Amino acid sequence: MRETTSILPLSAEDLSFEAGGKLLVSQLRFAIQRGGLTALLGPNGSGKSLTLRLCHGLIRPSAGRVAWGAEKGVLAGVKRHAMVFQKPVMLRRSARANIVHALAAAGVARAERQERAVAALARFGLDALSENPARLLSGGEQQRLAIARAWSLRPELLFLDEPCSQLDPGATRQIEEMLAALKAEGVTLVMATHDMAQARRIADRVLFLHRGRLVEDSPAASFFTAPASAEARAFIAGELLW
Amino acid sequence: MLARRGFILTLGAALTLSSAVLAQDARPLAPPAGSDAGTHFITVASTTSTVDSGLFNHILPLFKAKTGIEVRVISQGTGQALDTGRRGDADVVFVHARASEEKFVAEGHGGPRRPVMYNDFVLIGPRSDPAGVKGSSDIVAALKAIQTKAVPFVSRGDKSGTHQAELALWKDAGIDLAATRGSWYREIGQGMGAALNTASGMNGYVLADRGTWLSFKNRGELDIVVEGDKRLFNQYGIMLVNPQRHAHVKQAAGQLFIDWVLGAEGQKAIASYKIDGQQLFFANAADGNA
Amino acid sequence: MDVSAAFSAAIDLIIGLDPGFLGIVRLSLGVTLSAVLIAAIIGLPLGALLALSRFPGRGGVIVFVNAMMGLPPVVAGLVIFLLLSRSGPIGFLGLLFSPSAMVLAQAVLVLPIIVAITRQLTENLHGEYREHLASVGLTGFRAIPTLLWDGRFALATAILAGFGRASAEVGAVLIVGGNIAGYTRTMTTAIALETSKGDLPLALGLGLVLILLTLVINAVTYGASRAGARFAG
Repeated sequence: MRETTSILPLSAEDLSFEAGGKLLVSQLRFAIQRGGLTALLGPNGSGKSLTLRLCHGLIRPSAGRVAWGAEKGVLAGVKRHAMVFQKPVMLRRSARANIVHALAAAGVARAERQERAVAALARFGLDALSENPARLLSGGEQQRLAIARAWSLRPELLFLDEPCSQLDPGATRQIEEMLAALKAEGVTLVMATHDMAQARRIADRVLFLHRGRLVEDSPAASFFTAPASAEARAFIAGELLW
Repeated sequence: MLARRGFILTLGAALTLSSAVLAQDARPLAPPAGSDAGTHFITVASTTSTVDSGLFNHILPLFKAKTGIEVRVISQGTGQALDTGRRGDADVVFVHARASEEKFVAEGHGGPRRPVMYNDFVLIGPRSDPAGVKGSSDIVAALKAIQTKAVPFVSRGDKSGTHQAELALWKDAGIDLAATRGSWYREIGQGMGAALNTASGMNGYVLADRGTWLSFKNRGELDIVVEGDKRLFNQYGIMLVNPQRHAHVKQAAGQLFIDWVLGAEGQKAIASYKIDGQQLFFANAADGNA
Repeated sequence: MDVSAAFSAAIDLIIGLDPGFLGIVRLSLGVTLSAVLIAAIIGLPLGALLALSRFPGRGGVIVFVNAMMGLPPVVAGLVIFLLLSRSGPIGFLGLLFSPSAMVLAQAVLVLPIIVAITRQLTENLHGEYREHLASVGLTGFRAIPTLLWDGRFALATAILAGFGRASAEVGAVLIVGGNIAGYTRTMTTAIALETSKGDLPLALGLGLVLILLTLVINAVTYGASRAGARFAG
């Protein structure tokens, strides 16, 4: 029964999302296998964030479905995929309490929560800020805390929605290092970004979205050197010109 | 963490205080007096004149000292007090409007009605006396003058005993208010104190019971202008709310209070109440016709 | 009228520590705090439920609750009076003319304020938290405890507003309490009584004491919630 030990693969099966009569995500088909960092790349409005939310189950597709290796990405009653948002959602509590809250919500036993929260803070170098009000942390610290909080839930798959778009280069670098470490640890990462340079630095695979459609699905190396689609070529060229 | 502690402390303090208040309604009962087991209080619906004049503050401690029963007095106009009795929200009614009281008894809401005491009404008016009635002891002539000269007159307008007495006096004066009233006649629909405050504010005339007038502090330019007319006598009656209609009425304790008020002790207590050396109420429980 | 007489009456009341007066203050605070507490226990979750639920007629309910913030106290008092009267549907409880009746009437007055403000605050906070809470599994009404706890310092405002309405009102407690000396006489009904007795300085003095108390309570709550809000960021 090897299949039931993982929530992966994740498959988008003709995934569509419509709002206000507009088709915002159209018939996406892709699969996420275990390991690596997949970048959902594309300009603003291409449907990257919506795709992440559809996969994470925050919104329901208008058509198609998201299939998991284990039903809904839940293994032994534990949801094994988590999400980090573009603007970190910080509860009005201490850094540690933010993690404890997420663990409690996920049904982790009371005795275990503190221990896991402390471990998560230590893991991401936040121990000194443990008792600080989360909302008074800097932008970079907040995003690190958001990742630590997601990590404490022991996800097999972590969705990240533009996690660095509001950060300065130093903080961005820290986050990218953290993501690399997570990948090395075996966490599968799916990250939406419009920053081609970032995708080039850390992605193993690129899903290129344009106007809600999946235009290209390539290994990162070949995507940047020899994009197959005209849209991707234009995007890369545009970015280079920038 | 300090903020959190303060938050919880505040909550705790609120809880303690509020439970103390709610517990008050359920506190252990004093030993029973009379045969209503567990009775430690009765509710009496009475009038603003008896409460505002301070009479109850004078006599109730004496009753409590003797019987251990606390008397809770609601002060309302006579009409309202009788309604409170009709609904069964009081055990005893202690008011001053004989006709209404007799109707209350006749309808079976309570009784029998027993006379307790009387005081008298006085006509209050501005010292400048624009109606020219000062010093008279003829209330009917005074009212006629007020109406003729259309000088401001404040009426309680609240179906109270005083209001009913006032209406009866207009009738005695042969004045049909419905036909002749103008802007000079001002019905305020409130208690005696409010009526006096209004009269003081507009320098008008007003019919008041002497007790409330004597204890009233915001007199301004007002003074007594007419007093001593027999028609100004104001009889108080007391009656038990019918326990056959309202099973919860504390019959024994209520009757104990009535008997005490009508008895030698209560009558003496009433007669001994004075403000500035003036006696306010004249006990007359023995007067069968009152 | 002599305002300095009012101030000296107020000072006499406070310095004299007359047991009757202290009883009135204690009862006023007790009744109002109980009413606010009850209204908060009901109103906070109710406001949050209203913020998070979607049903036909929800807009109408919100308008109704907002309108009830302006419910005249005498009307609330009258309704409670008719309910609690011996001739009313729950007259058998014998609660009319008691502190419990006053608590009930004030709770009715305070409830719409707490529900309305809680709804607004919770809705705003939910807008911010919704995706994260859903991500960690707190969907729908399961988000309520988090939202109420994180909104606690802002919600203190709702509770203070309720406290203000309850402590200032006289119409409802006068009708359902009966202004019985030593039993249901509160600061406000005592003020009404002293006014009707024409003792305006004493009435105003009582009013000054009431304002002072309200000030103290507001200052303490404001301070605590400011400190808390600073902490919560």
